[in-house]
Amino acid sequence: MANFSKSNVPQFSVEVYQNEYLPEGGREVNAIVTVTSTGGGTTGGVPLSGAAVTPARTSGQAPKAAVVIMVDCSGSMDYPPTKMRNARDATAAAIDTLRDGTSFAVVGGTHVAKEVYPGNGRLAVADARTKAQAKEALRALSAGGGTAIGTWLRLTDRLLGAADVDIRHGILLTDGRNEHEAPEDLRAALESCAGRFTCDARGVGTDWEVKEVTAIASALLGTADIVADPAGLAADFTQMMENAMGKEVADVALRLWTPVGVEIRFVKQVAPTVVDLTGRRTEAGPRAGDYPTGSWGDESRDYHVCVQVPRAGIGQEMLASRVSLILPDPSGGAPQTLSQGLVRAVWTEDMAASTSINPQVAHYTGQAELAQVIQQGIDARKSGDFDGATAKLGRAVQLASASGNEDTAKLLSKVVDVVDAATGTVRLKAKVADADEMTLETRSTKTVRVKK
Amino acid sequence: MKMSQKPQETALSKCPGCEEPLEPGDLFCGACGYDLSAVPPAPQDHPTIALAVPVENGAESGAQARAAEVRFDRRAGSDGPDGPDGAAGPDGAAGPGTPGGSGDFELAAPVPAAAPSAAAPAPDPRTPASEPLAATPPAGTRVCVACRAGSVDTDGYCENCGHAQPRERDHMEQELGSVAAVSDRGLRHHRNEDSFAVSTTALPDGSPAVVAIVCDGVSSASRPDEASAAAASAANEALLESLPRGTHPQQAMHEAILAAAEAVNALAQEPGRATEHDRHRHQNAPACTLVGSIMAGGLLVVGWVGDSRVYWVPDDRANPPARLTEDDSWAAQMVAAGLMNEAEAYADERAHAITGWLGADAYELEPHTASFKPDRSGLVVVCTDGLWNYAESAAEMAAAVPADAHQRPLHGAQVLVGHALDGGGHDNVTVALLPFAVEPQGAGSACGTP
Repeated sequence: MANFSKSNVPQFSVEVYQNEYLPEGGREVNAIVTVTSTGGGTTGGVPLSGAAVTPARTSGQAPKAAVVIMVDCSGSMDYPPTKMRNARDATAAAIDTLRDGTSFAVVGGTHVAKEVYPGNGRLAVADARTKAQAKEALRALSAGGGTAIGTWLRLTDRLLGAADVDIRHGILLTDGRNEHEAPEDLRAALESCAGRFTCDARGVGTDWEVKEVTAIASALLGTADIVADPAGLAADFTQMMENAMGKEVADVALRLWTPVGVEIRFVKQVAPTVVDLTGRRTEAGPRAGDYPTGSWGDESRDYHVCVQVPRAGIGQEMLASRVSLILPDPSGGAPQTLSQGLVRAVWTEDMAASTSINPQVAHYTGQAELAQVIQQGIDARKSGDFDGATAKLGRAVQLASASGNEDTAKLLSKVVDVVDAATGTVRLKAKVADADEMTLETRSTKTVRVKK
Repeated sequence: MKMSQKPQETALSKCPGCEEPLEPGDLFCGACGYDLSAVPPAPQDHPTIALAVPVENGAESGAQARAAEVRFDRRAGSDGPDGPDGAAGPDGAAGPGTPGGSGDFELAAPVPAAAPSAAAPAPDPRTPASEPLAATPPAGTRVCVACRAGSVDTDGYCENCGHAQPRERDHMEQELGSVAAVSDRGLRHHRNEDSFAVSTTALPDGSPAVVAIVCDGVSSASRPDEASAAAASAANEALLESLPRGTHPQQAMHEAILAAAEAVNALAQEPGRATEHDRHRHQNAPACTLVGSIMAGGLLVVGWVGDSRVYWVPDDRANPPARLTEDDSWAAQMVAAGLMNEAEAYADERAHAITGWLGADAYELEPHTASFKPDRSGLVVVCTDGLWNYAESAAEMAAAVPADAHQRPLHGAQVLVGHALDGGGHDNVTVALLPFAVEPQGAGSACGTP
C-alpha cells in the first residue's frame, strides 16, 4: 500500500559552517558545506511516488536504475580456487538484491571484456526469471587470461549508455594489477566514463594495486575497499547493491559561484571520504563552475571549500561564494537548483572573532591531513625511508586519536606500535601483513564527522 | 554597589497618586489617601540625585509641582525663539547642502515621503568612490554601491563583486517634532547593532510627553541587533501605554525597562532565527543596554541599564553641563568603590566591560531611574558609547553639541554622529536629542496663557 504522505523524492539541504570573520588583510575563507538529501526511498526499498515541495526529479516514478557487475575472471582468480567460487557467490547475492524492474548485466573481465549475461549488448530487466537465468550463467564463469580493466569499463559504458534510465551504476571486482593494458589506457577509459555512470570498486585478496582501485572509484564517484578474505565478498556485494538501489537522483553537481577577484583554492569532499574535486570543475556560466558529486540517496556529505578573497577594509562584508546543488535537466533545459548556501567574509578588528577557527573547518582540515600523512607514510615505508614513515605515521596516529577516528586508529595500530598516541610517538612494526597495510591505504580517506 | 546602598525609604518619598511628599513609615497618603501598601516596589535608586543640574527650589518643592501646572512652550502655535517648532520642522533641519560639523559627514537629503514616524534610511556615507564604468546595468535594478557594475541579488550582495549592500539599519534617522535621533553603523563594524525609538504622547491632562529610547546590542552575545531593536521598541510601547494612563513617568520608565528586558529574554527562547554564521561563535543569549529619557510635566526622567548615557547640556552654555547616568561598567564600579581614580579606571582594558544589561543571562536586573526638574532650558543627549567614547566628559559633550541643536535637533544629532565618525567611528553610533524648554522665571508659574 502506497504511503503518499512520505515523499520519495529527495529534498536537498545545504548548511554552511564557517568563521566568516577575517582580520585586517585576511584573505583566506574556509567553509564546510554539509549537503543532506532526505526523504528519498529507504535503502533497498521500493520508493513510492508522491508530491514534494522541491522535487529533485519530477517524473513521479521510482527512479529507473541500471547496474552492471564486472567480475574479474583472470587466471589468478583460481589461486586459490575459492576466490573464483566466492566471486560467483557474491555476484549471485548482488543479483538477488536487485530491485525488480532494474536493468542489469554481468560482464566477465580478463584482458578483454565479455558479456556473461544477458549478452548481445543488451541489459536484462530484473525479475525472478532473469535473476535465475543470470545466476545460471555465472556457473559458466571460469578463470583464465589477463587483466585490462579499461576494456571492462568501456563495455559497461556501452551497455549502460543504451539504457533509458535515471541511475547508471557499475560494480567492479578485481584481484590483480591492471597488467594487460597501459596505464594511460585505463586513464583514458576512466576519463571517457566519468560523468556517464558511477562505479564502486573492490579489490579481493592482496595482489592488486591500491592506487588503481581507488583511482577508479574516485574518478567514477563511487566507493573503494578491500575484501582481503574472499569469503566476505557476498556480504560486501549485497551491501553495495543495496546502496545502489537506494540512490534516487544522479548527476548532482555542486555549483560554486564566486564574485570577481575571488580565487578558488580547493574544493574537496571531506565526508564520508576525502575526495579532491578541485580539478574536476566544469565552467557553468560567468564566475560559476560545477563539481560532480554523482548520485544521491538518503545521505549526508560534507565539502570543504577554500577561497581567496580580495583585500577589504575593516567593517566590510562580502559574499565570498554561493554554493548550490544543481540538477541538470536531461532534456537540455536550465538546470534545477536544489538548495543553496552562502559563504561570507566579514572583516573585523575583533581579534577574538577573527582568530577563532570554526570547529568543523578545523576538524576536516585534520581529517584531510590524516589521509595525506597515511599515504605519505606508506609510500615512505615502501621506498625504505623508515624515519620518514615513522614521522608521518606517528602524525597520523596523533590526528586519528585527537579527532576520534577510531577505525583509522585501529588500522594504524596494525602497521605501527603506538607508544603515545597524544604525541604521535610510534615505532614501525617489523612485520606487517600485506592485507593490513593495503586496508590502511585503501581506507585512509575515510573520515569521521565532528564529535558532538 | 552604589545603587544598593541607598536607603529603601527613599523609594516612596512621594505619593504615586498625587506626588504629595510622604513621611517614612506612612501607610496611606496624607493628601489623597492612596494605599501605599499597594504600590509596587519602586526602583531602589529612586529618585533624583541632583548631580550638577540646578533644580528649582530644591528637590522637595520640585516634586510638589503638579504636572498640570507646568506649561510647555512648544505647544501648537507657539513659535518662540527657544521653541523647537520654528526651526525643526521636517524640512527645516536637514536641508541639502547644509554644512555638517565635519567634512565627510554628509547630511541626508530630506525624504519627502517620509512620514514623521518613519525612520528614513539615508545614503551610506561610507560608499567607496569608484571609477567610471563602461557598462551600466539596465535601469530599475539596484546597482552595487561598491563596484557600480553589478546588480544586487536577493540576498543583498552584489552579483559582480560580492560586496554586501548598505542595509536599512546602517544609517537611520528620525525626527518627531521636538525629538530627533540618528543611528549609524560607524566605520569599523559590519552591521549596526544599535537601535532607538522616539515618540510623543500626551499625559491624561493633555500635556505632551516626549520619549526617547536608545539601545546598544552586546556584540559578544548572539543577535545583538535583534536584541537592541526588541528592547527599544518594547520600552517605547510600554511608555506609550503607561504615560497616557497617568503612571508617574519615573515609575513608567522603571516598568518600561522591565518590559524591554522581557522582550530581550523572549529572543533567547526563539529558536532558529540565528543565521548560520552565528551558530558556532555565538551561543549566549541576546543582550543589549538601554537608556531612555522622558520629558513630561516639567520633569526630566532618565532610566538606564548598561553603559549608554544621558547628558544634560543647558542652552545657556555659561551653565555647567552634566552627565545624568552612572554606567553599569567595570570602570564606573572601580571608581565608585574608590579603588581607582577615573583616569586609571578608564585606561584599563576592562573599562568598558559592562556589569548590567538586558538579556536572558543577566542574573539580576537592576533598572536605574532618576528624575530631574530642570529650572532652565537645555538639551537632553541620549546616546550609546559609540558617541561618548569621543566626548566622554559632560564638558566635551557640550562642546560637541552645536549651539542651535535645541532648535534643530535632527541636525544636532547628525552633527554628533559626524563627531564620532570623525573620531574614528570605531563603534556603532546612536544619539537622540530632546530639547527641554522651561518658561522664564515668573511666567512658568502662571496658568499658561497670558
